Amino acid sequence: MTQQILIAVIVLGALGILFAVVLYIVAQKFKVVEDPLIDEVAEVLPGANCGGCGKAGCRAFAEACVSQHSLEGLRCAPGGDAVAAKIAELLGCAVEQGEPQVAVVRCNPANCGDKRKSNYDGLRSCAFQNTVYTGESGCPFGCLGCGDCVAACQFDAIHMGENGVPVVDADKCTACGACAKACPRRIIELRNKGKKDRRVYVSCVNKEKGAVAMKTCANACIGCGKCAKVCPMEAITVEGNVSYIDYKKCIACRKCVTECPTKAIKDVGFPAPAVKPAPKPAEAPAAPAAEKVEIPVAEKVEVKN
Amino acid sequence: MKTFRMGGVHPEENKISNDAAIEVMPVGKQMVVLMNQHLGAPATPVVQKGDKVKVGQLIGEAQTFMCANVHSPVSGTVLKVDTCKDAFGMAKPAVYITVEGDEWMETIDRTPDIKRECTLEPKEIVAKMKEMGIVGLGGATFPAHIKYSIPEGKKAEYLIINAAECEPYLTSDYRVMMEHAEEVCIGVSILRKALGVPNAYIGIESNKPLAIKKMQEMAKQFEGIIIEPLKVKYPQGAEKQLINAVTGRKVGSGKLPIDSGCVVSNLGTSFAVYEAIQKNKPLIENILTVTGKELKTQHNCLVRIGTTYNEIISHTIGQLPETTGKVISGGTMMGKAVVNLDAPTVKGNSSVLVMGEKEARRQPETNCIRCGKCASACPMGLEPYLFSLLVKNNRVEESKEHNILDCIECGCCFFSCPANKPLTDEIRLGKNRVRAMMAAKK
Repeated sequence: MTQQILIAVIVLGALGILFAVVLYIVAQKFKVVEDPLIDEVAEVLPGANCGGCGKAGCRAFAEACVSQHSLEGLRCAPGGDAVAAKIAELLGCAVEQGEPQVAVVRCNPANCGDKRKSNYDGLRSCAFQNTVYTGESGCPFGCLGCGDCVAACQFDAIHMGENGVPVVDADKCTACGACAKACPRRIIELRNKGKKDRRVYVSCVNKEKGAVAMKTCANACIGCGKCAKVCPMEAITVEGNVSYIDYKKCIACRKCVTECPTKAIKDVGFPAPAVKPAPKPAEAPAAPAAEKVEIPVAEKVEVKN
Repeated sequence: MKTFRMGGVHPEENKISNDAAIEVMPVGKQMVVLMNQHLGAPATPVVQKGDKVKVGQLIGEAQTFMCANVHSPVSGTVLKVDTCKDAFGMAKPAVYITVEGDEWMETIDRTPDIKRECTLEPKEIVAKMKEMGIVGLGGATFPAHIKYSIPEGKKAEYLIINAAECEPYLTSDYRVMMEHAEEVCIGVSILRKALGVPNAYIGIESNKPLAIKKMQEMAKQFEGIIIEPLKVKYPQGAEKQLINAVTGRKVGSGKLPIDSGCVVSNLGTSFAVYEAIQKNKPLIENILTVTGKELKTQHNCLVRIGTTYNEIISHTIGQLPETTGKVISGGTMMGKAVVNLDAPTVKGNSSVLVMGEKEARRQPETNCIRCGKCASACPMGLEPYLFSLLVKNNRVEESKEHNILDCIECGCCFFSCPANKPLTDEIRLGKNRVRAMMAAKK
């Protein structure tokens, strides 16, 4: 009896030692050397895995940071400067200060709501609707209103507005860019938040010729170039019948806002009543031009697909 | 009676415009001819503002491989070469022509005589099809000369003509068979000669007994034309399903019909081929069905390509009924709703279908109950419910592995779904994603 127990103990013990040796050798041979810094950097990151940095999640971003030992070309938008500073401290490198950014929806809801030219009852997906037709507004460049951007946002910062065009909550937006990538019409752009959260942008991406664009939407950019002429900083360029304000050059003087005949340029974050008296007279001649635009009421046709 | 093996549905046929003879629609004051009326790159305009054009004159030339010529459907002066919004509101390159009189090219034979003899060699036939801008009129508008240029190492054994007209409501092919049976048979003989195959099969669904009888009588006068009555089942007119129904062969995943030795053309195409080869008439006219349950009159009319939907509607039915919910170009299963009624019609359009609000509205979507009706309805043997999940979760590679690209978008899954899930839409979205992924990998 004792002999049997002894044999079992010896055999199992010998096997145990053998496996331990094999495992030790294997572990030594195939050892993965990982920089402990990666863990530390990953700890600092927000951990939302939003993919806004272009990497496949926060861990991949941390690996990239550590492997190149600098923050050059790498930025965690949700974390912002605070996280950048912490990572720089860990890595012992210089911080690249970036301006805080925010997502901006460049479409006016002028043509939505009651003025829809058709009703869409297909799959609620902008990416799909974009392949079918122009969308309910009739604008081939405008917002489709199915909310692909809303679904893409990890931070609950973008919601459908009353007029069917999404509205960004600037306080929650981390500028990760997920919504901009989700939009099949590239309407959403990341722009600098601006001083005191004040910013000016062209809220239209319609590349149609002026007359055609006006027919489609009362607030479309018609590419007239008035804004470019009035801009003191030469920040505005007109390309393909649509103007664009370079946010790096813009000083938010709002001269273009008052000049725009179709009110396609929007200003955000300015105290409304305090500044209004000054631009009002300038606005008067421009206003009738915008009112002249009548949207032809086409037959309401539904789209099946 | 023959039919395809897998899946399929039987929607309400609604062929209410069957007895309306083809009427010729007068030419309007201005025509807009789009430059991409076919699958592939748009044709390059070869006319300029102020040029005089005649009916049948070349105005858009095919300069790339996947392209077809476009001819002027009217005579007059070119107003401008610009863009025009198509039926779905998208701007496309187009030629605007102000109509003056009705002067045809001298080369076009406008006599009513029927010419049976065709002396052209197969290669010449294909070249002439290219010159005349013939495209497949079954809906995909695939340039016909490419289809009939058989790649080296492959051999055509069967020519199959699709006269199934399985889509509900559509009757234009039926009217062509009833009124132009002889021309169609000549066209089929020409196509048979171009391919060098012994027999051509014309597949007609059994819900058109008069057409079957008429075509059978006519086919007796021609060599190698066999009429094949088919059991009524949608999508019989789809290329791969028709091949399966007529020959029993299967076209594998990702393969073309020619890989199984078959070439499939639409009946409308064979009529267009007759006119192009024997009468020198380019593809400048369409036969459209104007139909709908709420319309007082039903029509089949011959219109010049470039006539707007509004012109067709005002000529045939006066105006749309107040209860109109949708205007669809094509049948109820695969047709697309038209948003811009001022858009010109293009090659391959087959109908203006007016649907009432109630008929047109989609039912609210509910949850999938895993009944599997979509899978048994799918004529390609796919699993639509699975794609629905994969697309929702953006699993692109997996959808590719499950052969999402084999989907022919016939709409059987959506039609059969008791939960009214927009399965076809979801699969289309999935296909787009897979194609984008494949393009990115290249």
